[in-house]
Amino acid sequence: MNFVFHPLTLVTFFPLVGVLVLLFLKQEQKNAARWTALITSLITFGISIAVLLQFNPNNPDLQLVVNLPWIQVSTWTISYHMGVDGLSILLLLLTTFLTPISILSTWSAVEERVRDFMLFFLLLEIGMVGVFLAQDLFLFYVFWEFTLVPMYFLIGIWGGGRRIYAAIKFFLYTMAGSILMLLAILWLGVQQNSFSVPELIAKGGIPGNIQIWLFLAFAAAFAIKVPMWPLHSWLPDAHVEAPTAGSVILAGVLLKMGTYGFLRFNLPMFPQAAVQLAPWMAGLAVVGILYGAAVSYAQQDVKKLVAYSSVSHLGFVMLGLFALNPQGIQGGILQMINHGLSTGALFLIVGMIYERRHTRDLNAFGGLWKIMPVYGTLTLIVTLSSMGLPGLNGFIGEFTILLGAWGAGEATGPLGSYWFAGLAALGVILAAVYMLFMFQKMFLGPVDKDENRTLKDLNWREIATLLPLLVFIFWIGIYPKPFFTLMAPAVEKLVAVLQAAAVAIH
Amino acid sequence: MNSTDLWAILPILVLTGWTCVLLLLDLFIPQRHKAWTAVLAALGLIAAMVATILQAGQVRIGFNNMVVADGFAIFLNLLFLGSGVIAIMLAYDYLKRLGIERGEYYTLLLFSITGMLLMAVAADLIVVFLSLELLSIPLYVLAGFAPGRLTSEESALKYFLMGAFASGFVVYGVALVFGATGSTSFSTIVQAVGTASTNPTLLVIGAAFVLVGLGFKVAAVPFHMWTPDVYQGAPSSVTAFMSIGAKAAGFAALFRVFITALPELASDLTPIMWALAAATMILGNIVAIAQTNIKRLLAYSSIAHAGYILMALVPFGDPAVARDAVASALFYLMAYALTNFTAWAVVIALEQMDEKGLELEDYAGLGKKHPWLAVAMTVAMLSFTGIPPTLGLVGKFFLFRTAIAGGFVGLALIGVITSLVSAFYYLRVVVIMYMREGDPQVSRAPWLQIAAVATALATVVLSIVASPLLNWASRALLELF
Repeated sequence: MNFVFHPLTLVTFFPLVGVLVLLFLKQEQKNAARWTALITSLITFGISIAVLLQFNPNNPDLQLVVNLPWIQVSTWTISYHMGVDGLSILLLLLTTFLTPISILSTWSAVEERVRDFMLFFLLLEIGMVGVFLAQDLFLFYVFWEFTLVPMYFLIGIWGGGRRIYAAIKFFLYTMAGSILMLLAILWLGVQQNSFSVPELIAKGGIPGNIQIWLFLAFAAAFAIKVPMWPLHSWLPDAHVEAPTAGSVILAGVLLKMGTYGFLRFNLPMFPQAAVQLAPWMAGLAVVGILYGAAVSYAQQDVKKLVAYSSVSHLGFVMLGLFALNPQGIQGGILQMINHGLSTGALFLIVGMIYERRHTRDLNAFGGLWKIMPVYGTLTLIVTLSSMGLPGLNGFIGEFTILLGAWGAGEATGPLGSYWFAGLAALGVILAAVYMLFMFQKMFLGPVDKDENRTLKDLNWREIATLLPLLVFIFWIGIYPKPFFTLMAPAVEKLVAVLQAAAVAIH
Repeated sequence: MNSTDLWAILPILVLTGWTCVLLLLDLFIPQRHKAWTAVLAALGLIAAMVATILQAGQVRIGFNNMVVADGFAIFLNLLFLGSGVIAIMLAYDYLKRLGIERGEYYTLLLFSITGMLLMAVAADLIVVFLSLELLSIPLYVLAGFAPGRLTSEESALKYFLMGAFASGFVVYGVALVFGATGSTSFSTIVQAVGTASTNPTLLVIGAAFVLVGLGFKVAAVPFHMWTPDVYQGAPSSVTAFMSIGAKAAGFAALFRVFITALPELASDLTPIMWALAAATMILGNIVAIAQTNIKRLLAYSSIAHAGYILMALVPFGDPAVARDAVASALFYLMAYALTNFTAWAVVIALEQMDEKGLELEDYAGLGKKHPWLAVAMTVAMLSFTGIPPTLGLVGKFFLFRTAIAGGFVGLALIGVITSLVSAFYYLRVVVIMYMREGDPQVSRAPWLQIAAVATALATVVLSIVASPLLNWASRALLELF
């Protein structure tokens, strides 16, 4: 029974304790449900810190591994195989960090069926953490698909006006990609006789043309999740209709499951295909950066604006990953964290004003800074972080990615053109345009709407939800070294695999 | 006749004897105490289960190779008997509520199960035919068990005519196979195939007829036409049982006939089966989208799932895959049975007099008003779709793996794409239950609730602790001659 008390099992399944407690609560016991969920997620965060303390950043391999046969049949075995390495440790922490913050943000926003809401939220956390830790393809698939169920309910029950449409679209879109991945998983299981990711990477030996097909099948699942242009159309609907906490988790963690999937599976398992397809993937990423930025600028709905900005930001992550060199990948991973922090904070900010005004129309606001000074200041910091101002987190991530994409020409040659980095840099400027446009419309200028005059500034709870995010926004912006240290050895190892594949091709 | 013969059909003997006694006993049980008949029928099934478990661990071939009690038969027989017990749980309150409670219901059910038990051990085409009739005739009567209700009468007549038609195909196929090989026994047929004295054309045509006849029973496209009307018109408790028992029995015969007797015909029949499986998956899932009546929706869903199971039959001639194929089909049948019973238990709980409460709209608000039933139904819908953590996912995983191992990647691709299509209509049920307001009327009968929640719980728990069931399925070997 040792595996039950294994740190990775605990960090994944501890929310189940909260779920069990919630089952014994009545729907009317709203505060009890809120506190149960909050305390459970805080303890889970504590466990993830314990995982971090046991994590050795100098070791490039999987650590704290638990590997037990789960489903054994004569011809195939599926394992309960969990592990954490430099590629996933930060995402694990991001998940356990954002969950309590999201729960705190629902304190007054969610009044209906609070118990069920919290129940689904904790179930969602199990799925998300599991995705980042699973090292067996089937186990990964189980967690991956499982996240759909609670998110579907969160959008469908507690969402906005078109919630049912958005929930079903979210579910079907995501499932459409993952079923192709399931086929690829099965093919690998039959041909390579293993579902274990490290084993499959070590074995290698998949012929180049088949690698391309497998790469594409996995990419179908991940690209929809990221979402990469042109597969992004579920995202604005899901984001706009989801309740605030759902949007925070959707943007903060669920989208990262897509980029993480590329990092964990596509790059190391099909390195030749990755090298060959890198210019295409980077090209789509750049289109996404520019397209997301342009569409953001055209939005009247603040939440939609933030949603489309995700398409742009995630484009940066994808560009970094497919630069296939250490800077690019490290920048990509860091940018995943940055996007989780900044966009998570932006959705919280949108949620706070929506709770007060019940509208998200940019034209309904103006001059808010005078009425809500604390809110205005915090929003400005987050806005600047999101557009990549030096000294804040976004800059570090985007700059490292651009370095990687630029340097890619000489280092391994897969991108082979400066156009990618050049056009992406244009995206940084566009981000400043639409983010500042939003800030100006909402916070600057005269207070010309009477409804806005009586708005209350943030209360202690709302400040408490934003403050932890701001701490990291500054920390990563000023001193990112500890974060890079955590991932560097694992990234080096991954790049070595990719370089070997690049050499094999030429 | 010796003791091995009797051992091989022990559960059948137990159940037949008990049912005959029950038929007499029921005459003396007054109408207001019909619960006793139900309890006695369930006890008979449990006794037969004990007899089945006693058979385990040894393969018994009896009556000159006419019956084989092997691991395959034991697995399926326990499935049939367990389904019978759940079917009784579902039926008792339902029959009373609809005013159609009669003791014969249970004896007919038991006779039908006897036919299914015989089907699972059948190793001779004559026994296959015999058990097909034995399991079908009581079901024709049961389908018409709500007299005066036009749909029920239509259902019985339609089922009977189509069933007779299917039996005709089987008999003709058996005759042709007999003409080609000179025998109806699987052990003789498998040796006769390929020898000079066998007429290959006749054999292939005969085998194809058997495939068609059994295709009717499992509701494979294009032999599925009767399914929606029969499923909708029959009393729901009958449909619940029929959609599992009759289907599983059809598959029992298909697998045993084609894997043990006719593996040599793979090159001729594999393309036909490929097409059958693909058409069944595609049509079942697409037509289900348009349904607004839950019974019709589940009818098309059952057609679709027959398609998935047929997928495992496609590589029947490949000895390297056949073992996994049988195991994955058995496992999927078990997963399908549990999931289907959950769904039907909820349907029965919501059904009112005069076929009210069967539209999807009637499920609005179930999530708020009756959370346990709604959770059970949600688990069933997720399991049908193949979303974790449910048995449906493990089952599909195993089935698709078999298809890929057999080299049928295209079929697996159709399988996953149609699963996506199915998500659309299964999710709609969930949407209506949780995301629409309403006040559904629900029966509070305890057995019904227990059946719904217990099968849903099993669907989830057995997917997490999947090894025992999977291992049992993969050890449930077909005895080859």
